Amino acid sequence: MCLSIPSKVEKIDENNMATVDTMGVKRDISLDLMADDVQIGDYILIHVGFAMNKIDKEEAEQSLRVYEEMVEAMQTQEDS
Amino acid sequence: MRTIDMGVLIMSNSVQLSQGGGAKESNALVNDLFYKYFSNEILLKSEDAAILQVNKNIAFTTDSYTVNPIFFKGGDIGKISIAGTTNDLSMMGAKPLYLSCGFIIEEGFSYDDLEKIVKSMAGELKNSGAKIVCGDTKVVPRGSVDKIFINTSGIGEVEVENISSHNLVQDDVILVSRDIGAHGATILSEREELSITSDLHSDCASLWSIVEKVFKNNITPSAMRDATRGGLAAVLNEWAETSNVCIELQEDAIPVENEVRGICEIFGFEPTDFANEGTFVLSVKECDAKKTLEILKEYSKNAAIIGKISKKRVGKVIINTVYGSSRYLDMPKGELLPRIC
Amino acid sequence: MELKDLYEGFRNPQTIKSFASEIAKEAESLAEPLRVMEVCGGHTHTIMKYGLLQILPKNIKFVHGPGCPVCIMPKERIDHAISLAKMDNTILCTLGDMIRVPGSYSSLALERAKGADIRALYSPLDVIKISKENSNKNVIFFAIGFETTTPMTAAVIDYVVKNRISNVYFHINHVLVPPAVRAIMNPRKAKINAFIGPSHVSVITGSKIYEPLSDEYKTPIVVSGFEPVDVMEAILLLVKQKNVGKAEVEIEYKRSVTRDGNIKAQELIEKYLEVRGHFRWRGIGDIPESALKLKNEYSYLDAEILFKDRLSNEEIDDHKQCICGTILQGLAYPQDCKVFAKVCTPSNPLGSCMVSDEGACNAYYRYGSIDNE
Repeated sequence: MCLSIPSKVEKIDENNMATVDTMGVKRDISLDLMADDVQIGDYILIHVGFAMNKIDKEEAEQSLRVYEEMVEAMQTQEDS
Repeated sequence: MRTIDMGVLIMSNSVQLSQGGGAKESNALVNDLFYKYFSNEILLKSEDAAILQVNKNIAFTTDSYTVNPIFFKGGDIGKISIAGTTNDLSMMGAKPLYLSCGFIIEEGFSYDDLEKIVKSMAGELKNSGAKIVCGDTKVVPRGSVDKIFINTSGIGEVEVENISSHNLVQDDVILVSRDIGAHGATILSEREELSITSDLHSDCASLWSIVEKVFKNNITPSAMRDATRGGLAAVLNEWAETSNVCIELQEDAIPVENEVRGICEIFGFEPTDFANEGTFVLSVKECDAKKTLEILKEYSKNAAIIGKISKKRVGKVIINTVYGSSRYLDMPKGELLPRIC
Repeated sequence: MELKDLYEGFRNPQTIKSFASEIAKEAESLAEPLRVMEVCGGHTHTIMKYGLLQILPKNIKFVHGPGCPVCIMPKERIDHAISLAKMDNTILCTLGDMIRVPGSYSSLALERAKGADIRALYSPLDVIKISKENSNKNVIFFAIGFETTTPMTAAVIDYVVKNRISNVYFHINHVLVPPAVRAIMNPRKAKINAFIGPSHVSVITGSKIYEPLSDEYKTPIVVSGFEPVDVMEAILLLVKQKNVGKAEVEIEYKRSVTRDGNIKAQELIEKYLEVRGHFRWRGIGDIPESALKLKNEYSYLDAEILFKDRLSNEEIDDHKQCICGTILQGLAYPQDCKVFAKVCTPSNPLGSCMVSDEGACNAYYRYGSIDNE
């Protein structure tokens, strides 16, 4: 139940409800727990119908970069 | 389908129980709706029973359809009632020929909706090649059924013998005819309280034409099954147990569309647990696998080889993940959804 | 970066393989085996589903924790939900799996089949909708969950209070992670020397709530995301800490977790809820100050107070054969249970660990049997 998945914000209405997309499936969720400004295009974590936080894209990208380097290093090692 | 036993009345565009007499009204329903859309010379003979001829062994099956919602993207209860039963025949190597059709309708059901359903059945009958040759209709008091239930029983002529869940053998290859989980995911997404929108639609379809093509290419599968309630997981586990073999699957070979994955992510389901109504699994000899895949791909680009029979753990289905690990694919844990087929 | 990168990037098989190799190297230097408790049921689920046990060295062992809010609900409180549901003119709402957990004589699912109006919601927001559509009925929300879910209940309480909705009541069963961890560590029986911190509890609370635990028990705690790459990275970080003698709180799940967490959510909780003195956890027993209740000024919304003559607080023990309690404390594994997978299965659960997707027994049943042979 705590399994919450990242979704992309597509629309925000005047009642602080956002329409989000998860792999083509769209739902309406509440932004009432968000202090920060949420923008269209943000990636947010949803849990039981509410946005919990915004995903830090830079941190995510950095993690993915580090992983890529690690995989490359391992592959170079394997090849030699 | 000659008469309806209880008086039935169409009033204010809905199906009603009439208070007495009403044979005239009952016949109106039969003639204007059922005979009009299901028309064929056997049905129109209008006898107490249909007289049929078959030249080979007979396959005979029955199924009742209670799906909710009755209309969904990609189909409706009528379409499923034809596809589902004719598919059961096809899966045994039998060409679907004749169906019976029983309706149980809740008093007050919309006549327009009934016509939509009957029209949809007619369309699917054409796809499957089968004819409805007899039937029955009951209208019951409000609350006795939820809107409409349909039973169809089917007779087919067995064209290829010996296709059975008992017949899987070592080194057989397992294929699936298209991406899995579309029907179950669609039904789930259309549940009102979830407020989900998506492009999901049911895979509901008659499969005989694909099966016939496989046979015409001299391929005799050991077993075939449409993966309805309980999905891929249920079929493969039944096969593993019945034939006493081990089925090993490659997880990344199992085709699943993005939106079905999305539903699974959101609700924590597995696509292998979702029902399918137009997708089937086959077990064929290794030498036939390539050709079978070619044929399946003519109907869906997502057809795939997903695994094989092995000796690893007899009676079980194993999924090999891309992570180098394995786990069992067990029977689905029980009622996932209310009335999906 | 696209949305799908957030999934695929953190599930990449090559990345997982690389981490497995790094972990294997680092783990060679471990002075003693790593016994890591993953507190949260969602992590148990990930570990089992991706078969991570099979690609980790043998000196790393997982001990499954009590992070499954459905699993730790004692029978007498499930009976509360049933008693409330049976009241006239009442709609009982709760989240998901709670419906299927067996109480002492029945379950919400069984009562629903017998005619009680019981709704399994996907979001507490639906309580508002249901209360508006049924203004002549009492709508009681049986609120469950750890710190991840508490703010959502608080948001609904906020709406009910601000809009003076008169037909909604709450039965609060929200529980807290740190006291549960203390209850497991204090007896020192489970011999845990590392923790994987919950992903989404931490999004709300921030990683700061684990600092006292890390200090007190001198164990490293790494807050990990739910994807398999996250869990592998977290394990590597734990092994590295162990090898240099560190015992700190570290965040692996940097894209979602900060030290402070979601302040707005925390403030909303503090406005309406407070810690209660005692709460019985199924299998573990009473853990002081481990759960929440409505503050006194909102007791007019508290179903436990308003309907207390319907609710028994007699403590009810588990089925004799069920060892969920021992499993929740990290002292046994599902396969140690005599009825696991035989009589007790997801479609016929004897204990709560088998009901919920986050229960250890459920995860083992669905994904794990192959590891145990």
